[in-house]
Amino acid sequence: MFVYGLINSAVLALMALGFNLTFGISGIANFAYGAIYVVAGFITWAFINHLNLPYAVSAILTIIIIGIFGALVYKFIIKRIRGLVISEVIATFGISIILLELLRFIGLIGFKYSLPVFIDGSVEILGVYVDIQRLFIIGLGILVIISLYVFTHHTKTGLAFRGIAQEEHTSLSLGINPDRIASLSMGMGSALGAFAAIVILPLGTITVDSGYDVLINALSVCIVGGLGSTFGVIIASFIIGYTQTITAMYLAPHWTMIVSLFAILVILVIKPSGLLGHQKELEERV
Amino acid sequence: MKNRENYRKERIDRCIKARSDDIYALSSYKEMWYLIFPRVVPIIGIAILAYFLPLYWKKVVITTCIFAMLAVSWDFLSSCGLLSLGQALFFGIGSYTAGCLNHYFHFPIYLTIPIATICGGFISTILLLPVIRLRGIYFAMVTLILPLMLARGIEATHVFGGNEGITGLSPFPNVWVELTFIIAGMWAALFALRRFISSDYGLIFVSIRDNDRATMASGINIYAFKAQALFIGSSICAFCGAFMTHLYMFTGIPVFTMEFSILPIAASAIGGIGTLAGPLLGAFILVPLSEILREFGSLRVVFYGLVLVVCVVALPEGIFHYLSRKYNEMERWVRLE
Amino acid sequence: MAILEIKGVTKSFGGVKAVEDVSVNVEENTLLGIIGPNGSGKTTLVNIITGFIKPDKGSVFFKGKELIGLPPYTITNLGIGRAFQMVKPFFHLPAFKNLIVPLSSKRVRSTSGGGYGDKDAIALDILEEVGFERDSSVPYKTASVLPHGYLKRLELARLISLKSEIFILDELFSGLSIAEVTSILPIIEKILFEGNTVIMIEHRLKELFRIANKVIVFNFGRIIKEGAPKEILEDEEVKKAYLGVEV
Repeated sequence: MFVYGLINSAVLALMALGFNLTFGISGIANFAYGAIYVVAGFITWAFINHLNLPYAVSAILTIIIIGIFGALVYKFIIKRIRGLVISEVIATFGISIILLELLRFIGLIGFKYSLPVFIDGSVEILGVYVDIQRLFIIGLGILVIISLYVFTHHTKTGLAFRGIAQEEHTSLSLGINPDRIASLSMGMGSALGAFAAIVILPLGTITVDSGYDVLINALSVCIVGGLGSTFGVIIASFIIGYTQTITAMYLAPHWTMIVSLFAILVILVIKPSGLLGHQKELEERV
Repeated sequence: MKNRENYRKERIDRCIKARSDDIYALSSYKEMWYLIFPRVVPIIGIAILAYFLPLYWKKVVITTCIFAMLAVSWDFLSSCGLLSLGQALFFGIGSYTAGCLNHYFHFPIYLTIPIATICGGFISTILLLPVIRLRGIYFAMVTLILPLMLARGIEATHVFGGNEGITGLSPFPNVWVELTFIIAGMWAALFALRRFISSDYGLIFVSIRDNDRATMASGINIYAFKAQALFIGSSICAFCGAFMTHLYMFTGIPVFTMEFSILPIAASAIGGIGTLAGPLLGAFILVPLSEILREFGSLRVVFYGLVLVVCVVALPEGIFHYLSRKYNEMERWVRLE
Repeated sequence: MAILEIKGVTKSFGGVKAVEDVSVNVEENTLLGIIGPNGSGKTTLVNIITGFIKPDKGSVFFKGKELIGLPPYTITNLGIGRAFQMVKPFFHLPAFKNLIVPLSSKRVRSTSGGGYGDKDAIALDILEEVGFERDSSVPYKTASVLPHGYLKRLELARLISLKSEIFILDELFSGLSIAEVTSILPIIEKILFEGNTVIMIEHRLKELFRIANKVIVFNFGRIIKEGAPKEILEDEEVKKAYLGVEV
């Protein structure tokens, strides 16, 4: 149980990081995130099975394509309605249903749509057998978090990201272009979503409905952890990950979603800023 | 097109509009007609359309009216600063209340609908009361989550018929009653809310959206007012839910589907947010159109998505704003000095 | 007896002490000026008094009644009116309709008439008092098109319509021209003359010192000096905190 909880937490953290990055920096709640996740899975699948590209190449290509797609969405759609929260939510939600329902319409449903695992096989840890793929998820999750930290604290663009996130007007006066940063953050957030998809999807099949599930999972983790706080995301994914695993074991699997939804409600009622939110966010929320 | 480099467009309120915005002192039939025309023509038009169409399209008009009411309620909530992504929640609660009353207690139809309207509004308000302090997008997230949670809860616990829902509820006597009932309800909701929101009491709701901190500093208990707004908005949705339940003689998990949340927003986005009449107009464009597109299956939802994105980006003010400007204002080009 | 007593109020934001152990007594029918460099915790103190922020420690008494823990609207209804530094009126409403909201509050609801435009008439009266020309179209204009000076007056009108006993004016004069300031000063003097209490946070020291009864100086969240305007002017420490500012 300990191991499965850990894996589940890592999965949740990977799913939430992209959403969190975009929101934390540019304040855009990217409701198209779940759709991007699913689309990334299908693109990789198409690269492998139709163009016969090697796995690694198609994975990298997908991440790049999705990243560019995210930046373009910002440039052509979000930029025009920046600051109007209702419009931003409606537009990204609209993009989400366009992508997902289009996939459903094309008829990409079935068991043949799955990604291969990186390395087949399983190892024994603490008395349970674990697929190597699941270990990859944990490892890559840690890697992503570390590289994000390095990026935001030690590169010029990363520092500009944090500047915009903290005080937009001051950053403007220091010559940081908020549109460029926001589109970069959209792109990077989407690319992270694609990355998560490529790492996580080999565990099962690619389904259209998982897009909505991913969005809800990412949202719940981010809300519980405090939107925009990377450390909060990690803690929140552990909390939700373990509660989900425990409910799945002792109650029934279809209770898991209810538990995570319930977690959001409880957190929002008790501490609206999330576990590690800041005062600034609290003012936005309450 | 002449060279308009040195010109600017000037908009002037038509003098009748300028005079009659608040005080009605009309002196001629022409002026009365000017005011009555935009209100009377849609009412008569929809009535004629509804009563003379073939049966299939009568049903479409009924569905349209239901969605129009949901959209008007969404717009009302959003003008009070409550951004809802889950009209399905209110709709579903109304539907289940009516269904349960009819199925378990055998209440007749003329009791279930009023009770479901009031109780539905009440239950929804109580459910959202703990999160009423949240603003904007955070409130939106909760409303998005709750209907999903309720649907999964019913799925998991098998209460109220579980997955299959409750069937065999009592129907309306005939299609004429259905039509009259829902059209009357729709116009009543629209005009009552329009009247309400421009009254002194309604202004407070608008002020909460404009600046909730200043409203608090004006000595207004904004949470009480938000709860009232929530009750009004969700009651309207609950009425729709109860009506739909008896229309299809069925209630079940499908009442919590995304469509009931998305379409009202789409209609408002096209029609013009903040006008109340705009969302109604939007619904009357979207629903019949999607009925025509029915044969494309799930492509219909893609179409909603497209309309949403295109309208939000290209026509941010909405059709209704555009129309009312053309009707109420005169435009001319004036030379820049 | 002091109408407002602030006792040992402390508030920190993530390690930074915004307000530290502040105690002030405000006497009835006086004008208290609060000055200090930007970021010295003046606005935080106002937010604490009016209930927008809960302090970590300390208490505030209004006529002997504890205010900490009460929501902002209850405090407003008790009689403490607060003008915001960043004016954000209800932009969708005409200027006179902006006052409908305070006129509907619990405090003045019973005395501001019923429906049928009673409140509109009262609102127009109050607007004239703060300098909106009644016969012009200014009171009927949507708040979003009004110039800054009128928005500041609208804030003042909001407090007057609430029949506040304590007027807390957070940098009311910021962004106003000298002519505008001199036209608003008599309004404040009139408020004082009617027996109310005024607390002003201000950077315009010249105007403030002319009408203030007492001035406190903030720096780094602490009160560094308290006294009559004359004493403040001569204090060395104050000059250091306000280095470069001509008084």
